[in-house]
Amino acid sequence: MPSGAMWRSCLCLRHGWRRLLNRPPGGPTASVGKRASIPIPFRAYAPPAERKRFYQNVTITQGEGGFEINLDHRKLKTPQAKLFTVPSEALAIAVATEWDSQQDTIKFYTMHLTTLCNTSLDNPTQRNKDQLIRAAVKFLDTDTIWYGVEIGSSTSIMGPSIPTRTREVLVSHLASYNMWALQGIEFVVTQLKSVMLTLGLMDLHLTVEQAVLLSRLEEEYQIQKWGHVEWAHDYELRELRARTAAGVLFIHLCSESTTVKHKLLQE
Amino acid sequence: MAALGPPARTLRGLLRELRYMNAGTGRPYRDTAAYRYLVQAFRAHRVTSEKLCRAQHELHFQAATYLCLLRSVREHVALHQEFHGKGERSVEEAADLVGLKLPHQPGGKGWEP
Repeated sequence: MPSGAMWRSCLCLRHGWRRLLNRPPGGPTASVGKRASIPIPFRAYAPPAERKRFYQNVTITQGEGGFEINLDHRKLKTPQAKLFTVPSEALAIAVATEWDSQQDTIKFYTMHLTTLCNTSLDNPTQRNKDQLIRAAVKFLDTDTIWYGVEIGSSTSIMGPSIPTRTREVLVSHLASYNMWALQGIEFVVTQLKSVMLTLGLMDLHLTVEQAVLLSRLEEEYQIQKWGHVEWAHDYELRELRARTAAGVLFIHLCSESTTVKHKLLQE
Repeated sequence: MAALGPPARTLRGLLRELRYMNAGTGRPYRDTAAYRYLVQAFRAHRVTSEKLCRAQHELHFQAATYLCLLRSVREHVALHQEFHGKGERSVEEAADLVGLKLPHQPGGKGWEP
């Protein structure tokens, strides 16, 4: 990424954060603890870890671009200061619920759906459809789960070589999804480290709990053999489940078939 | 197809999660948009025929996924609070670990301002 563009996007981010924070010019006077001065981080694309909850009500409205989230009277914006709009009502409600469930401090690291929407709206890594598909398909070479046809198992460290035909079929299948769904797909593949498991989730063959278990088979085996450490194993398991569930839900809600179904149900 | 169990159980789980989420705030969980949407979606989904309807299964799958999301986030935050959220111990607590007590000097230590 050329350095000029990076500087520009960083400046946009700083400007955007000021708008998102919507701080009065005087600045908060009686504030306690960390909130007193929020240093705007100069990292490329990351919000501050925790902030105090600054809104009472979260509501949803429908604009021309889709559904919008309102925190009190302010419209939610992405980190790059674009208006936050989502195509699906269910997704908007889920995002609103994420914001509404924050108490005292806003824990951004738990708001996976919001993060996914922000990534889709801003596309900070500026990847197009082909690049996303390629990133996801790259995991095919190291996939340890197969319910497949032609791909045999391998005992070498390099893994089995994937026939070109298989790769082509997969690429064309993924190409049928829209940009938003692809962001979700790439996200889930990265979390589970497996294309097969992600496809299984997209086709409703596996539940999230099952897929996560299969993704962590090695770890589960070690836990059964050597013992279980709550503050590490459970912690990571819950986090992986949360991220995967968010990604899978995001994929489903962003794929066109969902909106068609919704109309069917309304009859 | 994934084994999801009865939809009623998924709905109960979802309502329970909503209840936990809204326990901290004053508002009853029945007022939330999520509650209304879920109840309406489950009601509508019940009306369709019981045959192997993929749309029905897909909705249940999404509901189960959302339940997994809510539950995992809650448990993750709870684990974080319990194990990683405490911050540093104070000097008194650290000394207490090995059974020592900090000295108490009425005049304060000489080198403190």
